[in-house]
Amino acid sequence: MSESNHSGTTSMPSSKRAFDIVTDSLGKRYAAEKRFRIYGIVSIMLAIAFLLILLVSIVSKGLPAFTYTQVQLPITYDETVVDPEGGRDVDTLSRANYSALIKSSLRELFPEVTERSELRKLNKIVSSGADFLLRNRILENPDLIGTQEQVWLPVDDEVDTYLLLKDNEAFGTGRLSESQVSWVNRLIQDGKMENRFNRTFFTASDSREPESAGILGALVGSALTLLITLIISFPLGVAAAVYLEEFAPKNRWTDLIEVNINNLAAVPSIIFGLLGLAVFINFFGLPRSAPLVGGLVLSLMTLPTIIIASRASLKSVPPSIREGALGIGASKMQTVTHHVLPLALPGMMTGTIIGMAQALGETAPLLMIGMVAFIVEVPGGIFDSATVLPVQIYLWADSPERAFVALTSATIMVLLTFLILMNGLAVLLRKRFEKRW
Amino acid sequence: MSISVLLITLAILTIASYSFGRKRSLSLATVTEKKKSSLHSLPGYYGTLTALWCAIPALLILSLWLVLETSIITHIVSEDLPAEVQNLPESERNLVINRLHNELAGQTFGEPDPILKPAIDHYKRLQQISNMALTVVILAISILGGLYAWSRVSPNLRARNHVEIVLKFLLISSSTIAILTTIGIVLSVLFEAVRFFQTVPLTEFLFGTKWSPQTAIRADQVGSSSAFGAVPLFTGTLLISFIAMLIAVPIGLMSAIYLSEYASRKFRSVVKPMLEVLAGVPTVVYGFFAALTVAPFIRDSGGLIGLSVSSESALAAGLVMGIMIIPFISSLSDDVINAVPQSMRDGSYGLGATHSETVKRVILRAALPGIVGGILLAVSRAIGETMIVVMAAGLAANLTANPLDSVTTVTVQIVTLLVGDQEFDSAKTLAAFALGLMLFVVTLSLNVIALHIVRKYREQYE
Repeated sequence: MSESNHSGTTSMPSSKRAFDIVTDSLGKRYAAEKRFRIYGIVSIMLAIAFLLILLVSIVSKGLPAFTYTQVQLPITYDETVVDPEGGRDVDTLSRANYSALIKSSLRELFPEVTERSELRKLNKIVSSGADFLLRNRILENPDLIGTQEQVWLPVDDEVDTYLLLKDNEAFGTGRLSESQVSWVNRLIQDGKMENRFNRTFFTASDSREPESAGILGALVGSALTLLITLIISFPLGVAAAVYLEEFAPKNRWTDLIEVNINNLAAVPSIIFGLLGLAVFINFFGLPRSAPLVGGLVLSLMTLPTIIIASRASLKSVPPSIREGALGIGASKMQTVTHHVLPLALPGMMTGTIIGMAQALGETAPLLMIGMVAFIVEVPGGIFDSATVLPVQIYLWADSPERAFVALTSATIMVLLTFLILMNGLAVLLRKRFEKRW
Repeated sequence: MSISVLLITLAILTIASYSFGRKRSLSLATVTEKKKSSLHSLPGYYGTLTALWCAIPALLILSLWLVLETSIITHIVSEDLPAEVQNLPESERNLVINRLHNELAGQTFGEPDPILKPAIDHYKRLQQISNMALTVVILAISILGGLYAWSRVSPNLRARNHVEIVLKFLLISSSTIAILTTIGIVLSVLFEAVRFFQTVPLTEFLFGTKWSPQTAIRADQVGSSSAFGAVPLFTGTLLISFIAMLIAVPIGLMSAIYLSEYASRKFRSVVKPMLEVLAGVPTVVYGFFAALTVAPFIRDSGGLIGLSVSSESALAAGLVMGIMIIPFISSLSDDVINAVPQSMRDGSYGLGATHSETVKRVILRAALPGIVGGILLAVSRAIGETMIVVMAAGLAANLTANPLDSVTTVTVQIVTLLVGDQEFDSAKTLAAFALGLMLFVVTLSLNVIALHIVRKYREQYE
């Protein structure tokens, strides 16, 4: 400012005073100030708007998946169908033709439908996975054979989609035929078809049919993988941090370790997947898709996070504590294990929880080690094939059926809930145990 | 004995040897009490030393055994495969061995191949022998180790020092994990990449403009021409990262400036956590958002003004990636802006500058190295980001700079080449590792430069 001011006074004959120049430019400068402020507010608003759009679009898509249209059918567990041999043999019971029970029940409800192709359409109203529900009921309680009961069964996903979108003119009747729509409407009028809480979503694993697909398998897979990650990365991370912060001499080797840790924290996650594929699966021959391998890869990924957080936490313990312990004759190791470590532990745990939350949301490295398989069973151990929540989201996002969009969004909601809980726990821990020395 | 039972037994033995060692030290202490004090260390240290001798050698042997077991047994078994299998070329013999492993894991249906039958039986027999031998060896080692340490317990034994040496060794070895990981990454990616460059020359990979990684299964197959020119992948990655930066840098930087310079404490305490939520959302969620909400929206709104937009446009992926990176940039810039000393601000105000002039001409210039470092880190993140582009960007390797077209990226190709069942020797799978090597080298150099800049800047003001 002062420079232009100076040249102005010398070159211009009608010499203006510096004060006037400043006053003249003030309006402009204040306007610039205002604009700058507005840019700042606008960018914050944009960032928050993005967040809101993201959350609203996911919640609005995902909420319908927590309920599902179900139909109440009077099912007669006909002994000639369920257990023709009468031996109550588990094998016979599990192989019986349960869809026949559903078909005959539907035929009783709609006696006027006789034509073959129409009958087939009628049967299509109920989910093709409904017979498994009946089978499970019978296997749990074989005394039901020969009795009749009212059972709520899921409908086919096309029916559910139709009921969700029927007010939309462009959708019309979707993939349902006119007659199917009329049956659905009659069932609704009779109070035999309604939207109920979708238990399947929490009690089933992956399936090709959206109405019988659930997240239990992925949840268990995530839990097992995280357990492995925690068991490996927490002790290793804390031990590494303790060494680097309390014992390590300042030399090239420890410098190298430090640079390495910082760099590893910024290596793309997919590279860790390549490492897992090449080392754990191809070299050590561990099973593909197993939570064990997933946990190993994720612990290598979260180690830098835990080490960095633990070191910060160790640093915040004041030296007077160490000096006090050393002064009354404790060894260096006793000082650390008896005094410094317990004081630093809450901070370390906070860092670990944040690292675990990252690991819970991680997808790319798990794709590399084959956790993308279509797995119907709930994994029973760390060597079983499994999938995890984020991978399940990835798999379902690719599915063409409309109902899977809702399932995907609902799974995202579950995943986000877990992440919020974990981060909340970390914040709580920090608030509770944070000490200002 | 299965591994888990063996481990539990080992744990019980360890606990037992702790109490034996402790008891022995106590009894010795009372027996030899001629002078006042007798034990060198606290009794617990004698117990711990005994327990360590019981557990550590056994665990080391156990892990070594488990690592080597499969390959040794496979080697022995592959010797007695029939001659016609023995004479097959290397890659096909590996296929047979793979089939053998699948057969053993019960991952196949129906009757096993008659050729494999004797090998499978032999394998199972060897596995049983190995398992029995393992149990005996491990238990013997752990008991002997425990006994040895137990017999050495005496008042003069410097048990605490021994235990502390072992502990310190454990601490040191945990801290080298970071280096081992880096070495593991480099070796695993480098080995396969070198094998890839033996079939495809490096120059073709780096400068070729055609990417179609289909390899022929039969020689006369139609459309079997495989081309590994990675330039379209590099340009696609750069295009998407550029769009992301175009979104993230201005928004992230301006929010950081506003939050640290203008915002009231209350505003800050509300907005900062919201930005952190944006940072905590998993990338697969962003990918889903990009593919199902943003991409159709951009396609439809482009259609309204008469533009033909691909449904997997680079714009959608880049936009959402930009949103993901906003909090990253804003928190890094926030840190460096806060590190600028207050005296510089005061000096600027004293000269009569307005608030925004101070920010633009003093604070941003002082914080520039840190901000540039942060942006470089963000670029490295954008290049390495996988899920958003896998779900929202395309697979077609187009060489284009048009953000409305579909492009593919390095990470997308790594995922598509490696997901699914593939044999591990084809150029197709090896290409993924070559791409991984490129990705690692580029992101590593970006990180090193960025960390260097950030560190150098920090030294200035502290």
